[in-house]
Amino acid sequence: MRPLFDTRRHPWLVWVGFALIGAALTLLPFALAQVGTTWVRIANYAMLYVLLALGLNIVVGFAGLLDLGYIAFYAVGAYTYALLAGPHFNLHLPFWVILPIGAAIAAFFGILLGAPTLKLRGDYLAIVTLGFGEIVRIFLNNLSRPVNITNGPQGIARIDPFSLDGFSFGTYDTFFGLEFSAPIKYYYLLVLVALAIIVVNLRLQNSRIGRAWEAIREDEVAARSMGINTRNMKLLAFAMGASFGGVAGGMFSAIQSFISPESFVLVESIMVVSMVVLGGMGNIWGVILGALLLSFVPEILRWTVEPAQHALFGRMLIEPEVIRMLLFGLALVLVMLFRPAGLLPSAVRQRELAERSETPAGHPI
Amino acid sequence: VDTFLQQVINGLTAGSVYAVVALGYTMVYGIIQLINFAHGEVVMIGAMVAFTVINALAPSGLPPLAVVLIGAGCAVAVCMIVGYSMERLAYRPLRGAPRLAPLITAIGVSIILQHIALMIWSRNILAFPQIIESRTYFIAGAAITTMQIAILAICVSLMAGLALLVYRTPLGTAMRATAQNPQVAGLMGIDINRVIAATFVIGAALGAVAGVLFGTYYGLAQYTMGSILGLKAFSAAVLGGIGNIPGAMLGGVLLGLVEALGAGYIGDLTDLCQYGWLARFIDDCEGGGNFILAGSNYQDVFAFIVLILVLVLRPQGLLGERVGERA
Repeated sequence: MRPLFDTRRHPWLVWVGFALIGAALTLLPFALAQVGTTWVRIANYAMLYVLLALGLNIVVGFAGLLDLGYIAFYAVGAYTYALLAGPHFNLHLPFWVILPIGAAIAAFFGILLGAPTLKLRGDYLAIVTLGFGEIVRIFLNNLSRPVNITNGPQGIARIDPFSLDGFSFGTYDTFFGLEFSAPIKYYYLLVLVALAIIVVNLRLQNSRIGRAWEAIREDEVAARSMGINTRNMKLLAFAMGASFGGVAGGMFSAIQSFISPESFVLVESIMVVSMVVLGGMGNIWGVILGALLLSFVPEILRWTVEPAQHALFGRMLIEPEVIRMLLFGLALVLVMLFRPAGLLPSAVRQRELAERSETPAGHPI
Repeated sequence: VDTFLQQVINGLTAGSVYAVVALGYTMVYGIIQLINFAHGEVVMIGAMVAFTVINALAPSGLPPLAVVLIGAGCAVAVCMIVGYSMERLAYRPLRGAPRLAPLITAIGVSIILQHIALMIWSRNILAFPQIIESRTYFIAGAAITTMQIAILAICVSLMAGLALLVYRTPLGTAMRATAQNPQVAGLMGIDINRVIAATFVIGAALGAVAGVLFGTYYGLAQYTMGSILGLKAFSAAVLGGIGNIPGAMLGGVLLGLVEALGAGYIGDLTDLCQYGWLARFIDDCEGGGNFILAGSNYQDVFAFIVLILVLVLRPQGLLGERVGERA
């Protein structure tokens, strides 16, 4: 079949495409602001999930290590920012100092998690990472005594917004006759960060490192015998994935200006995993699609299901939150049953998942 | 009151429940190498169903024991159906697929079950009605309630029953054969699908009873209780050697003990004021104050620490024999 847009014959089409996407991304917040500032915020959270999903994709998609405690790194980044730029310790460092620190601390936690689990196979790893995520959350909840570090379940409030040389992201401004509310400013920042992370991911994927990860994912023993230092490569995957999570966490902290352990529960980890799986593990565009779908569809549901139920039954029978989670669960099951490589599968992953092994799982003959 | 003995009794009680839940994980893992993430949710559904039935029947005037038995019976029946459908719909189609696939469906199933429970019972905490009078006995300075004795007795008999089933009946032989090598077992005339389904159903039934016991012990049941209980039971299964039935029993009891003793003593151990050289630097210590780094609110951490330690130091578990990782 001839592709609709034959980029090989018309290479300029690619640039037209980029220009269109760029224009759409630039205009989107103003269009959303017309509907309501809430929708700009929703777009921002969607972008945060894109960042998280891209970070997790390094661990799950590229290196094939199922991490169910990914939200812990998000939490580490968020708390790092909250503690260093807020009234809790009365520290107010600028964000461009804190974000790298947050990324580094998150990467350190990534290695802390990766090191003892190097020898574990997929399913064990999943459980250990899940446990790790819970440990981090339990500590966040309890590190308020005897020395108050995290302020426990109450969380930390009044966190500084990003500001650069007098320009604050937390306030309302007018430029060129256009109204820039705080969420719109953050939106552009998030888009820039997301673009940077996408570029890093694209470059990583086909680099020596990316190919090493792929080799480990396909067959660790073979990879090692090809001279790949599997230990360092796996640790690197954990550290890089974690540092992206840390950056996203820092931004989350500033955007929300309030964080508590409630935001970093297991369900959040599972949500990010769902995004990666649904979109297509290992495929950057697929993962982005998954993240956008799973962030926007539930919001749209929230705005349609509730009035619909009120109209039909006169009261709310099923909370939108429940429907959202049921959809997540169903999506995970159905995708694995009918489209195991995700909506936009990566080429390698598709080949790999299509091949059904001839022996039942785990029984070498 | 003797703290040590008291914590041992509490730990044994909780641990025997963990052991019964862990059996569900270990049986399924032994036979198809799948971590059935949703097992914790099955346990939760067992507790919720039983509590609903018991609460409904409590005012009916039936003898309390009969009420509890009917409740538990309903829970077992519902959980068996859940276990069977889960295997049939979500896991069987993926047998032979790469390992990550059934693991992810398992996560999906557990989300679905948890939120179906949320839909049915909402966020309410179901309480166990006080219909059975609990008596407390004192042994050597430690208290043990009739409920604890009952839980211990039920768990021990369940484990004994399962051991008999697995090691003494034709179904058990078929299960062990399938665990060793499904192809050859199939060639020997064993209906593998039936055996695997039976494993899920038995595991779910055990889980249902464990859920009822756990809920009764702590006096409440909520839709979120499954995940943490499931994780702890899984840790117990790994501690004993996953896939190994006696291992799950041992692991469960040990984990219960570690948790109870840990929670009982961590506060005293991490009270920095008892270390003279450190206490000098801490203002809170003056006049017999405390400076407790970590108290019993860290109880839930112990299971995970045990899990990580076991996986690092002895991945095959205490009783496991499987050496080497299958890639």
